Amino acid sequence: MKRVARGLGLGIAGWLIGLNLAAVIRGTQHVNDQANIGIAYVFALSGWLLGVGVWDAWVRGWLGLKPKAEEPDEGWRRYFSFCTDHKVIGIQYLVTFVIVFLIAGLLAMFMRWELMSAGETIMNKATFNEIMSLHGILMISVAVAGVLGGFGNYLVPLQIGADDMAFPRLNALSYWLIPPVAIMLLLAPLAGGFDSGWTAYPPLSETNDVGQVFFILAIITFGLSSILGGLNLLTTVTTMRAKGMKWSRLPIFTWSVFSASILSVLITQFFAASLLMVFLGRAIGMGFFDAAKGGDPILYQHLFWFYSHPAVYIMILPGFGILLEVLSHFSRKPLFAYKLTVGAFLAIVVLSVVVWAHHMFTSGMSNTLHGPFMILTEAISVPTGIIFLSALGTIWRGKLWLKTPMLFALAMVFNFLIGGITGIFLADVATDMNLQDTYFVVAHFHYTIMGGEIFAFFAGIYYWYPKVTGRMYNEAMGKIHAIWMFIGFNAVFIPLFYVGVQGMNRRVADYPLAYERGNLVASISAFVLGCSFLLFTWNMIWSRFKGEKAPSNPWNATTLEWMTESPPPEHNFEGTPVVHDSPYVYGLEDGLHAELGEQEPELVGAGRPE
Amino acid sequence: MAAATVEAAGHHDTLDPKTRLRANRLGLWIFIASESFLFAAVIAARFYLLGVDRPEHLNQELALLITAVLLLSSVSAFRAEDAMAHNDRPAFFRNMSATLFFGLVFMVGVFFEYREGMEFFPPQTLYGSVFFITIGLHAFHVLTGMIALALVINLAAKGHYGRDDYWGVEATVKYWHFVDVAWVFIYPALYLVSW
Ligand SMILES: [Cu+2]
Repeated sequence: MKRVARGLGLGIAGWLIGLNLAAVIRGTQHVNDQANIGIAYVFALSGWLLGVGVWDAWVRGWLGLKPKAEEPDEGWRRYFSFCTDHKVIGIQYLVTFVIVFLIAGLLAMFMRWELMSAGETIMNKATFNEIMSLHGILMISVAVAGVLGGFGNYLVPLQIGADDMAFPRLNALSYWLIPPVAIMLLLAPLAGGFDSGWTAYPPLSETNDVGQVFFILAIITFGLSSILGGLNLLTTVTTMRAKGMKWSRLPIFTWSVFSASILSVLITQFFAASLLMVFLGRAIGMGFFDAAKGGDPILYQHLFWFYSHPAVYIMILPGFGILLEVLSHFSRKPLFAYKLTVGAFLAIVVLSVVVWAHHMFTSGMSNTLHGPFMILTEAISVPTGIIFLSALGTIWRGKLWLKTPMLFALAMVFNFLIGGITGIFLADVATDMNLQDTYFVVAHFHYTIMGGEIFAFFAGIYYWYPKVTGRMYNEAMGKIHAIWMFIGFNAVFIPLFYVGVQGMNRRVADYPLAYERGNLVASISAFVLGCSFLLFTWNMIWSRFKGEKAPSNPWNATTLEWMTESPPPEHNFEGTPVVHDSPYVYGLEDGLHAELGEQEPELVGAGRPE
Repeated sequence: MAAATVEAAGHHDTLDPKTRLRANRLGLWIFIASESFLFAAVIAARFYLLGVDRPEHLNQELALLITAVLLLSSVSAFRAEDAMAHNDRPAFFRNMSATLFFGLVFMVGVFFEYREGMEFFPPQTLYGSVFFITIGLHAFHVLTGMIALALVINLAAKGHYGRDDYWGVEATVKYWHFVDVAWVFIYPALYLVSW
């Protein structure tokens, strides 16, 4: 708490110092001068980070100062401190992004309210555009970092039998970069907001209100956090696996996180670079995207989608990981086609960086690019199909145990099927020409990311809830939530496919009367869907305090995270994990994935004395 | 940035030294790969917007000079790391200071580049946009590299590092090489290519 307060204080101080310093140096006083805001933000971010823990964690060491002997925070205070325990950081991510998810979901409720009937219902068009954009970027951040940052951090070290991440301090830094992102995005409305969607295409994003600058600075920071987090996960999986944990024995969730991290460390730079160009265009008049200066707005789309197409795989791959993990454990069957599935993950990593221009068939880019990008995009459905078949093959003739996580996983299989099939019409140039920028795209995207990844996210939340909190969630409430959310979700987005095919544009506050019926159905369903999260929130909070005590392995699952207490002790395992076999040894005689060996003597592996 | 590179002293570490070094090295390489994509993005923008066109007024002599200086700095950086690996501290300090000095000369060169650029192709022009974002990002990396060099020299002077324990030196030098290699791609992209 003390450090958060110190970080906030130094952050605000940095902002004021930076703003004034920039005004003096650059000789402009206007509070809305965008270059000044950029400089002020750099100062504010530095102040925040130094205050919150970077000074003690690194700078002292760099300067050769004595490390500060500070007693570590205990209990709940650890969650508000620069704590380097991967389990604390995982929970920080999870709680933060569930809250962001609820906020962004509330914004969606307002959008559906406005769209319930034609004409102006509750807000003007400018406000709608801002709410739509804020909903978009907040949800994108949840999708990018909720599963990868939350479950990736919490579970990867446990699943590979390590006692922490490879770079614990860097891990804490990745998390503490997130609050400034949230603050900037939520403050943006005070600076006029941003109305260019989460995609921020110029020329609009170069000419709209100053709120767009807040967006740019926040998202560049978020990108830095993703890169550092991905770097850490990759290094951890590569160097810290327990004895016997060969690559061919990694749990599938860890594999999915590994694959997504490869993408995130490399391509995120392109989003940062494209936003930097927009910022420099706004702040000092650089001409990358300004046709009057010889620039080309389509360049932005290339750079942006070179990140943002693979980014959907940064979102969905860990979702697939949770899906397959849950399906195997709750079907009591080995994961079907494990090696082929891992190959499919890696094939997606490679293919996903050569399909980006399928978002640009109507943008005016060269026609000769249409064919190749269509074919490459459709090629990516091969590895995706393999993953899907792995899911089906795992359920096939399994002994299904229909607990809440399994309900979410089965729902995801259904949703993602629809999301995947409708994607083909958008990858195909001829049909995309008609469907581009309609609600069909909105429905397709929500079917893959919400119906896919977010359902997997919830499957993961219920699946690992006992492990993380040490308490069982309420099964009845969980099951009701699963069914409620599944019905609500489909009732929202099937009508949107319908109005989309009829030609209703996305990102508009108003529409012709002909689309009214579909929109009314979608809006009412959206409120029903929205209410399901109240039940979820109640279940999470109530069970945390009143839930039954969880045993170490309530699901009789085989992977390593279930071989330690719930919640795990500080160093994760009482003993040294040794891995003997594949993680999915159900139905096999003498199948044993791993066991805990003798506790090693104190000194070994304890690092050198400084 | 240097965050990834210096996972060092004073911190309770559960990894044995060999694994720690392996993890540090891998982390640094991943970081370098990631940063390469940043430079790839701005260089791609250069070719997308301008093909291989370049303006008349480019100070070729200056660019060639600072390129040579930067390449030279990589040699001294290499020698500094090698010296530390053999516990030859005087040679380490000599070469490390030389590297820092070459870095400084490079930055002075960049300052003149900047002045000429402002005159002939200001940032509001298309080539100027490409030129200044690339030079700016690279100079920022050189600057962080110089800060890291200075910190490492200071730490070494306080008695840190030795033959078996010089990860801080190694990381800084590797990062410096990366900044140098990035320039090897930037220099021709901005100064040399044309029909
Ligand atoms: Cu795409």
